[in-house]
Amino acid sequence: MTVKKDGPIGADVAEKLVGVVGSEHVLLDIEERSLHSYDATIHRFLPDAVVRPASLQQVSDVLAICYQARIPVVPRGASTGLSGGSLPVHAGVVLDLGRLDAIREINQEDLYAVVEAGVKVERFAQAVGAVGLLFPPDPSSARASTMGGGVAENAGGPHAFKYGVFRDYVLGLTVVKMDGTIIRTGGKTVKNVSGYDMTRLLVGSEGTLAVVVDATVRLIPKPAAKRTLLTVYDRLDDAASTVSRIIAEGMQPAAIEFIDDASIRVVESFLHLGLPLDAEALLLIEVDGSEAEVIRQAEEVSRLCRAMKARSVEMATTDQEAAKLWTARKSISSAVARIKPTKVSEDATVPRSQIPEMVRRLKQIGEKYRVDLVVFGHAGDGNLHPNIMCNEDDSEEMERVWQAVAEIFAVTLALGGTLTGEHGVGTMKAPFMRWEHGDQALDMMRAIKAAWDPDHLLNPGKMFPEDAPPWPISLQPWESSLAKERRSSNE
Amino acid sequence: MSSAEFPFIDPPGREQYQPCIKCGLCLDSCPTFQETGEELESPRGRVQLIAAVDRGVVPLSAPKVAATLFSCLDCRACEVACPSGVPIGSLIERGRGQVVAMQRAHRSWRGRAAVGTTTRLALKHLLPNPKRLKQVGRLLAAAQRLGLIKSRARFLAPVGMRRMAEAMPLVPRTLESDTVSSDTPPKARVGVFLGCIMDVLFADANQATIRVLQHNHLGPVVPGGQTCCGALAIHAGERDQARVQARQNIDAFFASDLDYVVTNAGGCGAALMEYPEWLAEDPQYRDKAERFSQKVVDVAVVLEKEGWRAPSRTSPEKITYQASCHLSNVMKAGAAPVRILKSIPGIEFQEMADSARCCGSAGIYNLTHPEMSEALLKRKMADVPDGTETIVTGNPGCWLQMLHGVDAYRPGIRVRHLVQVLDDAYGREALSTPVATGASE
Ligand SMILES: Cc1cc2nc3c(=O)[nH]c(=O)nc-3n(C[C@H](O)[C@H](O)[C@H](O)COP(=O)(O)OP(=O)(O)OC[C@H]3O[C@@H](n4cnc5c(N)ncnc54)[C@H](O)[C@@H]3O)c2cc1C
Ligand code: SF4
Ligand code: SF4
Repeated sequence: MTVKKDGPIGADVAEKLVGVVGSEHVLLDIEERSLHSYDATIHRFLPDAVVRPASLQQVSDVLAICYQARIPVVPRGASTGLSGGSLPVHAGVVLDLGRLDAIREINQEDLYAVVEAGVKVERFAQAVGAVGLLFPPDPSSARASTMGGGVAENAGGPHAFKYGVFRDYVLGLTVVKMDGTIIRTGGKTVKNVSGYDMTRLLVGSEGTLAVVVDATVRLIPKPAAKRTLLTVYDRLDDAASTVSRIIAEGMQPAAIEFIDDASIRVVESFLHLGLPLDAEALLLIEVDGSEAEVIRQAEEVSRLCRAMKARSVEMATTDQEAAKLWTARKSISSAVARIKPTKVSEDATVPRSQIPEMVRRLKQIGEKYRVDLVVFGHAGDGNLHPNIMCNEDDSEEMERVWQAVAEIFAVTLALGGTLTGEHGVGTMKAPFMRWEHGDQALDMMRAIKAAWDPDHLLNPGKMFPEDAPPWPISLQPWESSLAKERRSSNE
Repeated sequence: MSSAEFPFIDPPGREQYQPCIKCGLCLDSCPTFQETGEELESPRGRVQLIAAVDRGVVPLSAPKVAATLFSCLDCRACEVACPSGVPIGSLIERGRGQVVAMQRAHRSWRGRAAVGTTTRLALKHLLPNPKRLKQVGRLLAAAQRLGLIKSRARFLAPVGMRRMAEAMPLVPRTLESDTVSSDTPPKARVGVFLGCIMDVLFADANQATIRVLQHNHLGPVVPGGQTCCGALAIHAGERDQARVQARQNIDAFFASDLDYVVTNAGGCGAALMEYPEWLAEDPQYRDKAERFSQKVVDVAVVLEKEGWRAPSRTSPEKITYQASCHLSNVMKAGAAPVRILKSIPGIEFQEMADSARCCGSAGIYNLTHPEMSEALLKRKMADVPDGTETIVTGNPGCWLQMLHGVDAYRPGIRVRHLVQVLDDAYGREALSTPVATGASE
């Protein structure tokens, strides 16, 4: 493979880049390079340069220059990623898309919008909300994360339970290939079967196929009303079973979020909302629809929660109160750092009937490896976020952490799940891809990658096992145990 | 503990930046990031740059280290937003301490000095010295009355100073007595912190504070020997000087046995509350600082806590409130000032959007970074609701900035301190009713 390993950008290349975006947007100093060496994972890789284009043409020109000079390029939104996607693991150029920040069109007649990659998801959602429309995908990082990052990671959020993820809303894309070629996919129509669905392929491709410059996304009318319920459980198991029951009964709340006891404690120490510190779990449930529907649904859900031994079910009485509960939920992923400073987060996802089993297994894994394992997440989708809190300075502890992570993956796959529901593969899960997909499917993925970027210059080192940096543990010990689990679950 | 990377005393600590998991949830709360969209100008960027210096990746002397540490407004919006509780303010202030110490150690250091000479001189000699500050205050007052200041200042002072002079209100008589007696026994033992700028440029706000407290049976004392809170020094990275001031204030207030140390300046109150952090490595003062900081409270909060009486009426007025960022984000005064304003009959209160967002005054930030300061001020002025007659605030820095802002963008709007509004309303009552004081609710 022809990946250019570390080494600074030559003066001639830098000059060409400056010619495209201007000197203030080609950053070569060590300060800026270090500021673009991280995302929300624990890893760091220094790029050689940071380039900040402000238009489609500039993106295309910058890519063409790097392509000719064989310099790897890593697209970057806001670097809130949780799988290492925006890390320049083979150095090269970090392509910061933050300056592409225009909402070009909000079409209220045809219910779509055209939005540039660098626009923050929340800002976009607010803009469409202001005209009575809804863009449902709502990653908890939405205040900071970008539309481009959401497209690239196929991000979800609490409302994915009812409304789906980014992929369900992207109608068309303008992208640039590594060689600088501009390609438009999809269109503005809700239906479209002309040719291969490249839009859906690009969504979730983690910046490994092309750079997203703008997206045309579908909007829906905002529901007239919504209510948030906070249900408190004395037993973790009952909370997890409630989620499976809600789904089995065919109820359609807008969101079902799961919060375990450790998460309750950290978020309470951040926001002081008076959450019950002695509970083993909370479910945060939102229902939406017409006013009458909302009341009916809220009653139905409350009844079911009580039947499932919820200690209490309370409905937020004002919008502010509901907003506070959601802020609390969105803060958990960061607030857990109050437990221990290093966070290893996973988003292993299982079929929803397996949620109670998965929660039990996660707690067992935490005990087995003596690690601080916190669980919260989008339970409605089976998308739990087990987070292991640790200290990267403690190498003995880290060894146990990586073993626990491997076992989480093994169990997830054994239960019929996937390595990642929404955070993406990046560097963190690449070594495990074979176990989920097998060699043949991975070969097809590689062939797709090669068709778009034959030289592996665009975001190299992601997604595929051999591209990845060395994983800190050997896979052998659990390789066989996985096989056994799979066999026994088939029996 | 200093290290090869941060060689001077009281450096940013690894345990302080380690809980930053780089989630980015603070980005959007930061006014300098909102303006620039750059990681360098964001809280996450500042914390991670400090971490990069500590890990030996970036040298302390790299120019953008100093630049971004000093372009921070100290507004602490990021700390309120950060779910993992990273002490971002302390990290940045400690980082500045290292930069300033390094600049001093290497006279030959040719980087852009983080703080200009004028400012440093003012910090060192003017602010901590009430007498000198009063003299300058009187001079300014006289100059203003004579109409000299605008024309002279234009070519004498740097842009920022000039702007401050232009914005300056007429300087009233400064507070002279060290103790204030009360006719009824007070409900709590309250000491008033005067503040350096407050006591000179806005002495009438200090006097109003005392009258308002007296009126609510919190008749305060004004301990002698107090000095500037040290906020400006700490923001400028002059940590030793700030500590000297902190110790002096602690001693001054500990001489009287007090329940509260009341401030009417969010910036000062926030600094007083952080003395334990400044003095963490001072075994003699650490505990005292802790006890001292727990007594510090904003005047609006102490009124609510100890009980106050709403004036029966005041002249009708449309008022909005600029929440000082320090008052909100560090002192956590919450909605107390707004509740007080709302409960005065006659006042029509209008909410200001994003009221706690830094106005760009930020201590002496408007002097050191006039452009960013101006951009923030412009946004702030656009947020002042239409029809506003008076902007009320709780911090002298904001006050100056608001004065400049209304001058430039919203002429005709008045700027006042919360205590002045209260004091006025009580005063009107006294004029129309024979005996107003003494009747508590
Ligand atoms: C506190 C917190 C909460 C989170 N909550 C959620 C959640 O609820 N749901 C969820 O799905 N995720 C969540 N995430 C993960 C993360 O925020 C999402 O993956 C988000 O979509 C990343 O967006 P970003 O702009 O930060 O992208 P980055 O992190 O900058 O990049 C992510 C990936 O996208 C690629 N990329 C970015 N922009 C482009 C572009 N324009 N073209 C091509 N490729 C591009 C990058 O190369 C990288 O591979 C959370 C993260 C944090 C820190
Ligand atoms: S400072 Fe706090 S909010 Fe900001 S990136 Fe770090 S952990 Fe997240
Ligand atoms: S204190 Fe204010 S200006 Fe400084 S980093 Fe935090 S939010 Fe930004």
